[in-house]
Amino acid sequence: MSDLDRFIDTFLNGAVLARYAPDILRGVWVTVELSVLIVIAGTALGTLLACIRAYRIAPVSFLIVVYADVFRALPPLVLILLAYFGLPNVGVSLSSFAVLFAILCLTLGAFAEEIVWAGITATDRGQWEAARPTGLGFTQTLVHVVLPQAVRMVIPPLTNRAIAITKMTALGTVIGVPDILNQATTAQSFSGNASPLTLAAVAYVVLFLPFVILSRWLESRFAWRKI
Amino acid sequence: MDQLIQQFFNWDIMMRAWPMLLRGLGMTLLICAAVIPLGLLGGLLAALASTSARPWLRWPGMALVDLFRALPPLVLLIFVYAGLPFAGIRLSPFAAVTVAFFLNNSAYYGEIFRAGLISVGQGQTDAARSTGLTARQTLIHVVLPQATRNVLPDLISNTVEVVKLTSIASVVSMGELLHAADLARSVTYNASPLTMAAGIYLLMLWPVVRLLSRYQRQIAV
Repeated sequence: MSDLDRFIDTFLNGAVLARYAPDILRGVWVTVELSVLIVIAGTALGTLLACIRAYRIAPVSFLIVVYADVFRALPPLVLILLAYFGLPNVGVSLSSFAVLFAILCLTLGAFAEEIVWAGITATDRGQWEAARPTGLGFTQTLVHVVLPQAVRMVIPPLTNRAIAITKMTALGTVIGVPDILNQATTAQSFSGNASPLTLAAVAYVVLFLPFVILSRWLESRFAWRKI
Repeated sequence: MDQLIQQFFNWDIMMRAWPMLLRGLGMTLLICAAVIPLGLLGGLLAALASTSARPWLRWPGMALVDLFRALPPLVLLIFVYAGLPFAGIRLSPFAAVTVAFFLNNSAYYGEIFRAGLISVGQGQTDAARSTGLTARQTLIHVVLPQATRNVLPDLISNTVEVVKLTSIASVVSMGELLHAADLARSVTYNASPLTMAAGIYLLMLWPVVRLLSRYQRQIAV
């Protein structure tokens, strides 16, 4: 057997790939489901908190800042293990899927809050000053005038962050979420062959590469750094 | 409430786990000392390649950066640690972590450096070259210092991400902070060591996160 044959046999073994492709595909579904839920819930949470912060009620803003800081400073894996192994002992039993979703949603929420808030503060004061005398209330100005502009401005960094955090769904493997990586490592140990890992890597690239390219395009289009 | 404190903030257990966690922290810092400079260096090279005027350098550079930005770091790590041995390449956990992080971090630092290089106007290069500086001198003395300064907050913010990311090394049984804490948790059947690890990460990274927020606000205003 030549070196190339051995390489193909180890990493791109047709029989192994065919045998475990359905498992990996099931994992793809779990990863996609989690990613969509996390992106929707996380950005919604972050945007909502940034809006609440715009009212500048000191104690409320303080709590939001503390939350955003803590979830930006802590590695998600620490929180995942803490929630998954700690909570059952105080009577809160969550599935591994729920733990992963909750932690990553809170993590994205923290980053999204900071990013959207940066957008709100970067929006020209004149926008507020022009909108209020036309009869719009504070909330109306925030929602209809300032927020649309702020969100437009922060779409590139928000997209980058959302990609980075949805990629962390792979951490679910550690607590047994049956995602792509989990299916692949299981298949790898059953088959004694590295091909399932190759397939998993390909699956992630197919899933995420379009978004990486999209974020590159958004960045050149919105040119956030020029602000 | 009492149960909550027992489970997450048990002082006795924390004290017992402390020496283990301290060793883990040492390993975390060692990993950081290896992967941050390597990532910065790889990122700089990736940025130079992906902004190069030569298409044969630019396209592979950009393709590699995009590829490693699309792959979750944990997938990369497990591929290097558990996949490569099948090809006869057996790496120690530390080597596997270094290789996987090098590939991942280079892509992220590379994107940041690329934005920095682009942010420095062509006029800077033209002016420097016309004074007689060579291309290399122009890069080192004129373009890079400005590029680095322009993206410094992003570089720091990514470095925070790298430090946080070292926690995934626990998956390949590297004895770093999170692994030590999780080991202590499984021995004591108590989550307090994990709380303690979280506290240590917070102590290390919160000041940096705060600094970044403040810095970003200054730019915005």
